Amino acid sequence: MFAFIARRLGLLIPTFFGVTLLTFALIRMIPGDPVEVMMGERRVDPEMHAQAMERLGLNKPLYAQYFDYIGKLAQGDLGESLRTRTSVWDEFTTLFPATLELSLAALLFAGTLGLIAGVIAALKRGSLFDHGVMGISLAGYSMPIFWWGLLLIMFFSVWLGWTPVSGRIDLLYDIPPVTGFMLIDTLLSDEEGAFVDALRHLILPAIVLGTIPLAVIARMTRSAMLEVLREDYVRTARAKGLSPARVVFVHGLRNALIPVLTVFGLQVGALLAGAVLTETIFSWPGIGKWLIESIGARDYPVVQNGILLIACLVILVNFVVDILYGLANPRIRHQR
Amino acid sequence: MTTQATLDPSLFYPSPLKEFWQAFAHNKGAVAGLAFMILLVICALFAPWIAPHDPSEQYREFLLTPPAWLEGGQLQFLLGTDEVGRDLLSRLIHGARLSLLIGLASVLMSLIPGILLGLVAGFFPRLLGPSIMRLMDIMLALPSLLLAVAIVAILGPGLINTIFAIAIVSLPSYVRLTRAAVMGELNRDYVTAARLAGASLPRLMFITVLPNCMAPLIVQATLSFSSAILDAAALGFLGLGVQPPTPEWGTMLASARDYIERAWWVVSLPGLTILLSVLAINLMGDGLRDALDPKLKNAQ
Amino acid sequence: MSLLDIKNLSVRFGDATAIPVVDGLDLCVEKGEVLAIVGESGSGKSVTMMALTGLIDAPGIVTADSLQFDGTDMLRLKGRQRRHIVGKDLSMVFQDPMTALNPSFTVGFQIEEVLRQHLNLKGQAARQRALQLLDRVEIPAAASSLNAYPHQLSGGMSQRVAIAMAIAAEPKLLIADEPTTALDVTIQAQIMDLLVGLQREQNMGLVLITHDLAVVAETAQRVCVMYAGQAVEIGNVPQLFSAPSHPYTEALLKAIPEHSQGQRRLTTLPGIVPGRYDRPMGCLLSPRCPYAQAHCREQRPTLDAHERGAARCFYPLNLTAEVA
Repeated sequence: MFAFIARRLGLLIPTFFGVTLLTFALIRMIPGDPVEVMMGERRVDPEMHAQAMERLGLNKPLYAQYFDYIGKLAQGDLGESLRTRTSVWDEFTTLFPATLELSLAALLFAGTLGLIAGVIAALKRGSLFDHGVMGISLAGYSMPIFWWGLLLIMFFSVWLGWTPVSGRIDLLYDIPPVTGFMLIDTLLSDEEGAFVDALRHLILPAIVLGTIPLAVIARMTRSAMLEVLREDYVRTARAKGLSPARVVFVHGLRNALIPVLTVFGLQVGALLAGAVLTETIFSWPGIGKWLIESIGARDYPVVQNGILLIACLVILVNFVVDILYGLANPRIRHQR
Repeated sequence: MTTQATLDPSLFYPSPLKEFWQAFAHNKGAVAGLAFMILLVICALFAPWIAPHDPSEQYREFLLTPPAWLEGGQLQFLLGTDEVGRDLLSRLIHGARLSLLIGLASVLMSLIPGILLGLVAGFFPRLLGPSIMRLMDIMLALPSLLLAVAIVAILGPGLINTIFAIAIVSLPSYVRLTRAAVMGELNRDYVTAARLAGASLPRLMFITVLPNCMAPLIVQATLSFSSAILDAAALGFLGLGVQPPTPEWGTMLASARDYIERAWWVVSLPGLTILLSVLAINLMGDGLRDALDPKLKNAQ
Repeated sequence: MSLLDIKNLSVRFGDATAIPVVDGLDLCVEKGEVLAIVGESGSGKSVTMMALTGLIDAPGIVTADSLQFDGTDMLRLKGRQRRHIVGKDLSMVFQDPMTALNPSFTVGFQIEEVLRQHLNLKGQAARQRALQLLDRVEIPAAASSLNAYPHQLSGGMSQRVAIAMAIAAEPKLLIADEPTTALDVTIQAQIMDLLVGLQREQNMGLVLITHDLAVVAETAQRVCVMYAGQAVEIGNVPQLFSAPSHPYTEALLKAIPEHSQGQRRLTTLPGIVPGRYDRPMGCLLSPRCPYAQAHCREQRPTLDAHERGAARCFYPLNLTAEVA
């Protein structure tokens, strides 16, 4: 198991350096003069221009600039925002819990519902339920989630008035950030009704963000389950006299989970992309909204290193999924 | 000699095209998807003649008119008007042009280099192949929409940049797919035979191997066509894609956001159009996969 | 009373008008007896036993006058009651050991599961018993094998594990469905020896589904020969081998290499087993039978008892007294 993790870690390093190259190149690819672009004005005073070039290290040769960049990254220096003058890392760490909370809620929603729907659809293959699940999941898979979010807001918030339109919590409440997770922080605070309010804020964005993963997981679970249920070992399990529930959930689902888990891992990347859209629609103060606003404000250090951080996050999550995959599948684990 | 004339035609091998169509038509969803796509293509091709109004003509006295069947609706504005009095139906029809253009252009722009890179990666497994694949892995490390957002953030918003960003984003999947298919084919005897017969490398690549790798590529092209439409609309919605007043579906949604409480149609209809188009293409993709790749079908 | 008594068992896939895969089968197995069922692939051997254990799913339909096992009619049992018997008193070993074990669980887990289900053994007690079982099926280093995953075992080892699982609750009847077909020739004999040894030790009934007649000759007391879903001959072992009374049995015996010394080629039966849509009107073997008469092509024979057993033929071979 240790060798397995080490091998995967070895693959991680070149990918990481590749991503830094990419984010480094991003800034270099801005058409026009970088100083003018960053200052947002034309015809900068030549002296100021030279100073800025000096300060940003843009007068050095490219490779030296890259090494500077890597050197700073190694020291944990991700630069600071042009807008707020706070460090990119600090902004990221304050905003990230919001995105994480939203993503976890979305995955919880997509995972549970998707697994249940997929398993039932596979067991009742060809039934009305099966066709329904397949149809809905195809529609979910094709869903422009930014529209889906607006639609849900229109229905549940505007017409029915059940849920709030935006944000993580009502402005009435003053919740000190302890963990950064609003659901936990509201429980820790003694504000009455704050937890329920946070939950009502979370529910629509989580559904919106979870829609595509839900569709993918339901489809994948169904087809994996159908495949597994035909296997000989399922027949063996039945011939042992085990209950149908045990046969399906222990012997069947355990093996069907392996491909589902892979898909789950691939969804994490899509989830972060979806978070950009979802957070924009619901004004959810997370890293997706942060990134889009920074792009709008031409806050290049934030854009550059925000993207780097998100890429590292995706790589890391895929790494963890890889390890989990090894845990779930003994055949992979023992591969030399 | 008369025996030939009496042979039952159903005993002949069907032509590949006919066989393909039979398999495709077996999938009802795929046929429905195809029908919707044909409708969309017609709208796109003949938009100026089909659309009842000019998409940017502002009828100031008809701001936010509801669709014709609702109270206060106007028959001349079948699906109603938007916040500056432009005819929604006309804008949707013209939007089809843009979406299909973005989809087609970005698929072509990523398919061709993707196939080339994939072929090279497959044929040179020593050094060139792995380096290309590493590069693709890095590109895959970023979620596609985020990478597109990053590219547009740098290049600036607009139609051409949107196409460019989406093309770059979908490149890795073509490269991976082509390489995997090529690696699978290279060990086959027919390739060895062609080699022994003295086929040159380009001939080996494009005439011997490539045609046998096309089935998964065609399916992938369909699927990335639909995700191109989706991503383009998402970029438009974020204000990073095609800029208003161009009638792009995602851009239309972005400006409709403010009227969510007053005019459901300006919010619902562009999104519904996106959903239906993407759904239609995905349905077609399923049908294509069934028809082109019998192996995959039987595995279901 | 017999341990197993099957009367008029039919299995169809599809609606009631579909051609049966198993067609009116009668079969009985006594306590401690070894019965072999032989026949070509697709003759309904495995389906018969799957029907007995309730493993046939929709669209399969199982009908029978009775499926008596150890005094209970398996056909009348519902889910939970049936599961009390299946895996405990009536257990099965399948053909391909490499796919019959669940790849995600250790050998120990899969054996202990049976012990927990049927004997209510848990924890250390179950572990001890599992260890004994692995010893019993002659797996070396039983303790470490308990923690092994199926993919780490060879085919022969996997089959031993499958057998250990099957005998875990000391069944009264063990059904072995081609237990050696998927194994290397050298391993086959070992597995057969193991099965027969266990059968004698525990005095359990053993139904051996196979198409290896050499194995049948060595191990079984009685044989049921199946063809296209029907039993065509049932008889005791030495007699059936020396003097088969059904032409199909005779053809099977002639196809064994040992029986054809001197001949240059093995004798084979021309043609194939009739499929779902090309069943002949008369005797199902008639298109392939070298002895077929006009009568055989028009009417179906029934399984009739004769001096040494029973055969489904109008003109049984090797009988001293001519049957009318």
